[in-house]
Amino acid sequence: MPEINYRDAMNRALREALDENEVAYIIGEDIGPYGGTYAVTQGLYDEYGPSRIKDAPLSESAIVGAGIGSALLGMKPIVEIMTINFSLLAMDQIVNHAAKLRYMSAGKMEVPLIIRMVTGGGAQLGATHSQNFEGWYASVPGLTVVAPSTPYDALGLFRTSRAMRDPVIFVEHAMLYSVRGDVPEEHYSIPIGMADVKKSGDDVTIVAHSRMVNVAMGAAQELERMGISAEIVDLRSLRPLDMDTVIKSVEKTHNVIVLEETWKTGGFGGEIASQIVEKGFNFLDSPVMRIGGEDVPAPYTYVLEGLAFPDIERVINGVRSLLGR
Amino acid sequence: MTTEQQIVKDQVLRRYHKMVLIREFEGESYRQYMQKNIRGFLHVYSGQEAVGVGIIGELEPQDYVISHYRDHGHAIAKGSDVNSLMAELFGKSTGTSRGKGGSMHLFDVEKRFMGGHAIVAGQIPIAVGLALATKEIDKKAIVVCFLGDGAMQEGEFHESMNLASIWKLPLLFVIENNLYGMGADVAQTLAIHDEIYKIANGYKMESAKVDGMDLFEVQDAGQKAIGLIRSGEGPYLLEAQTYRFRGHSISDPAKYRPEIEVSYWMSRDPIKLLQARLIKEDIVTQEELDEIHKVVENEIVEAVNFAEKSPFPNADELYTNIVLGSGE
Repeated sequence: MPEINYRDAMNRALREALDENEVAYIIGEDIGPYGGTYAVTQGLYDEYGPSRIKDAPLSESAIVGAGIGSALLGMKPIVEIMTINFSLLAMDQIVNHAAKLRYMSAGKMEVPLIIRMVTGGGAQLGATHSQNFEGWYASVPGLTVVAPSTPYDALGLFRTSRAMRDPVIFVEHAMLYSVRGDVPEEHYSIPIGMADVKKSGDDVTIVAHSRMVNVAMGAAQELERMGISAEIVDLRSLRPLDMDTVIKSVEKTHNVIVLEETWKTGGFGGEIASQIVEKGFNFLDSPVMRIGGEDVPAPYTYVLEGLAFPDIERVINGVRSLLGR
Repeated sequence: MTTEQQIVKDQVLRRYHKMVLIREFEGESYRQYMQKNIRGFLHVYSGQEAVGVGIIGELEPQDYVISHYRDHGHAIAKGSDVNSLMAELFGKSTGTSRGKGGSMHLFDVEKRFMGGHAIVAGQIPIAVGLALATKEIDKKAIVVCFLGDGAMQEGEFHESMNLASIWKLPLLFVIENNLYGMGADVAQTLAIHDEIYKIANGYKMESAKVDGMDLFEVQDAGQKAIGLIRSGEGPYLLEAQTYRFRGHSISDPAKYRPEIEVSYWMSRDPIKLLQARLIKEDIVTQEELDEIHKVVENEIVEAVNFAEKSPFPNADELYTNIVLGSGE
């Protein structure tokens, strides 16, 4: 199976979307001749031209609104918000409008819109450019929030997102773009709302999404050497949330860590932890442990930034302290 | 009477009918609110009827209209059935949104009335998207976006003006300048309050100002703007100077408005102005107008009956229409 990186998987996903539907188009900031801040749209402008690859002014709200309005009339917009931090400038359109129109119109208004946004820290971009807000969006009924961690999942989940008749927040992590993985040439797709056991294990379950899956995988490798077998559950989407897979894993391992990159206070991990307690309390041998980002604005210098986000070492220490080993 | 005169007369009577229907619908919704059949927020359009009716009257059925929370008048002008609208205000399952939208969130996709958006300025970016789609795939329809002077103070307005102009979208911005945001005088909140239409200059967009209390003026200005838009000239901004006869919402006694100002604008009631002109110019008789008022009275009685008799939605509708998924 050919190995490609996450960026190329997304580029392929976008090409397919444009090739397979003539009313599909991409809109975003600097996605044209510039090629996109993270180069995901590289080459598309030359190939598809300005009407399919719409370079838009720096107007997040108008960009998302353009997506909503054109989706209402049958187009298939793919909106790129340069980073999830800037999506706050479009939050009115996303939360108050895109997410609500189907409900408020009793099903007559339909917004089949994909909003791609780049999440996460770890690149020394400082406090305004290193945040993870996908958990916020996941609390909104009407939105679907997808956050793939591998190139395979990214392509497979994007294909399914395109079939959705409602708004999808498609979250890509900046630090994942160069990560490589197997992606088959032949067609496949992945249903939204199904978590994936990325590594099977017996002693402890680690629940994560996006880049934290890779951190968990790194930790699990080290833990194997210490004789501790960790099971990694990649949520892949935060809404819908596949708690069945999580609970099944907890039933097997009896110990669980909920790992996330964002601030623990109010973080989406709190929702997952509480659902584990509600639905799987009797399976637990130890309290649910949460590992998340420190409750600080992300600092710039790497010495401090490294302390702000969960890393392999912290996950290992967490597992060992939870299991007392 | 020549055929042409007859056509003009029929048209003006239809529009007069709509204006009276809106006025009476709003009056009735006020009464029903007092009886607690209608709850939540209620923003009525009384006083501004000539704007909605005049502009929408100049559209073709395939054209789209999008509006704000003061939306009853626009929905009626676009042809929505008053029975379903009243039922929506009552929260009944026969309402335009089966009782899940309410006064501020009216939608009628069949009539191409695209809402009913209750976050100030939130409808404007969506209007840009509607106009983008009409330009690229529909190619016939145009879009009218109604907004108030208050919405101009939001960033979404400016982002949308810029984008609409850059892309030369078939979009008419109609600013219903009723002089107040909620309670704040526009003179205190908008730098360009005394010549609002000129804001379009900054976006290289055509614009004009019109007396929003005069149906004939509004429809002439609308016709001109719509003609330019249809010919591919890009977006257009029309400022309609108008006044709301009630407070911002039902809970607002509007004490911030000087009495002399209110009485001035009341003397320019768009329905009375139209009446006087139609009689004076011998276009219609008083009897013909009276007949319209009688018809409207019946329509309103019927709308209330319909709303009252309709059932509330079932409890299972709480969880319908949230996400359809991939369409199964």
